[in-house]
Amino acid sequence: MYPAPFEYHAPASLNEALALMAQNADAKIIAGGHSLLPAMKLRLATPPALIDIGRIADLKGIKDMGEKIAIGALTTHHEVEHSVLLRNACPLLPEVATHIGDRQVRNRGTMGGSLAHADPAADYPAAMLALGATVQVQGSGGSRSIGADELFTGLFSTALAANEILTAIHVPKTDAKGSGVAYAKFPHPASRYAVAGVAVWVSIKDDTVQDIRIGVTGAADHAQRAKRAEDALKGKPMTEDNIAAAAKVASDGLTTIGDIYASADYRAHLVTAMALEALHSAHHRAHGW
Amino acid sequence: MKVSIKVNGQLREVDVEPRWLLVHVLREKLGLTGTNVGCDTSQCGACTVLMNGMAVKSCTVLGVQADGADITTIEGLRTDGAYHPVQQAFWDHHGLQCGFCTPGMILTAVDLLTHHGDPNDETIRHGLEGNLCRCTGYENIVRAVRDAADKM
Repeated sequence: MYPAPFEYHAPASLNEALALMAQNADAKIIAGGHSLLPAMKLRLATPPALIDIGRIADLKGIKDMGEKIAIGALTTHHEVEHSVLLRNACPLLPEVATHIGDRQVRNRGTMGGSLAHADPAADYPAAMLALGATVQVQGSGGSRSIGADELFTGLFSTALAANEILTAIHVPKTDAKGSGVAYAKFPHPASRYAVAGVAVWVSIKDDTVQDIRIGVTGAADHAQRAKRAEDALKGKPMTEDNIAAAAKVASDGLTTIGDIYASADYRAHLVTAMALEALHSAHHRAHGW
Repeated sequence: MKVSIKVNGQLREVDVEPRWLLVHVLREKLGLTGTNVGCDTSQCGACTVLMNGMAVKSCTVLGVQADGADITTIEGLRTDGAYHPVQQAFWDHHGLQCGFCTPGMILTAVDLLTHHGDPNDETIRHGLEGNLCRCTGYENIVRAVRDAADKM
């Protein structure tokens, strides 16, 4: 299957890419192309031009910035999975990356591309919400950062403006004592996308939850925080009962979607089941068990 | 557009339309038909080739994106007339039935074994998740990869 014809541009710099975007209002940005090309082959997307940012060196690499880690938008899922820096200081992302697609997809697909595409069943969005990450974006008027809570706005929709490029992802280090992270996912048996996925970051002191963030993907039209579940655990010990009570309300406030594979009610049930698993794992890891 | 792609160690200059997929460039422009098109929707892995040493699905890479890249197809795995250890192991363990998925399986396994020297069966199965064998001959495929790991 061939995509419909398009003009192809391969800018060498971010400024060149932004200038091309200004000249081609309907152009699409392509990096790894593992969401866009399948859509183009099915003619679900027929952009008149592609701007391939895959050769822009500034968008590559994972850097230690002290309290945070900066991940270039072009970083592949494989690179996230195998980064020693991330494995030590932000292990949630490598854990999540192993769940994405398959080996070949992880070799080619990029973190920036996945986030900008904002598939409602993608894995990273849950982790972004749990980590309180931010994305850096660049437009012709300058750069700004967008917090994960504001980034995902709807089905395949983000807070990025049409003339902006996502350049990097900033994640906090979560290697402090008492900090635990986990991701639990119920994958669609064929596509491996999340029917429901729950990511947790928790900070525990004296066996009491100091702070917690829970991100849910796959269940609604975009990834969202499970704030009721967070509130249910804040200031409390992570006992079996408290974890179960929090997991029970994890889908509250979410408008879960139903499709041929999973009804809305079943998805809500899966959110609870995945929350239970992720909360248990994060709790164990926070204690170093 | 003119692109230069190093294919199996040889620099090839090809005139391509931007919308041509790498698999079509390999098969139709360069005559390398060992790379198969299966599902054509990024799922089955029959079209897997190595791009700069990493397994990729060549139905989901544009030919123009491969400009300057180093591509290895199944035709390029043999060295000095000898099969690559993964090819030999697939032969020894009968890691194929109809053979359609085999080139992709082998190239994914080569990528897997360059990153994992001593994978267990679970790692092998996870590593080959993106390659479908419609004959369902997975047992011997996993045995072959396990054996190749020991010999590499």
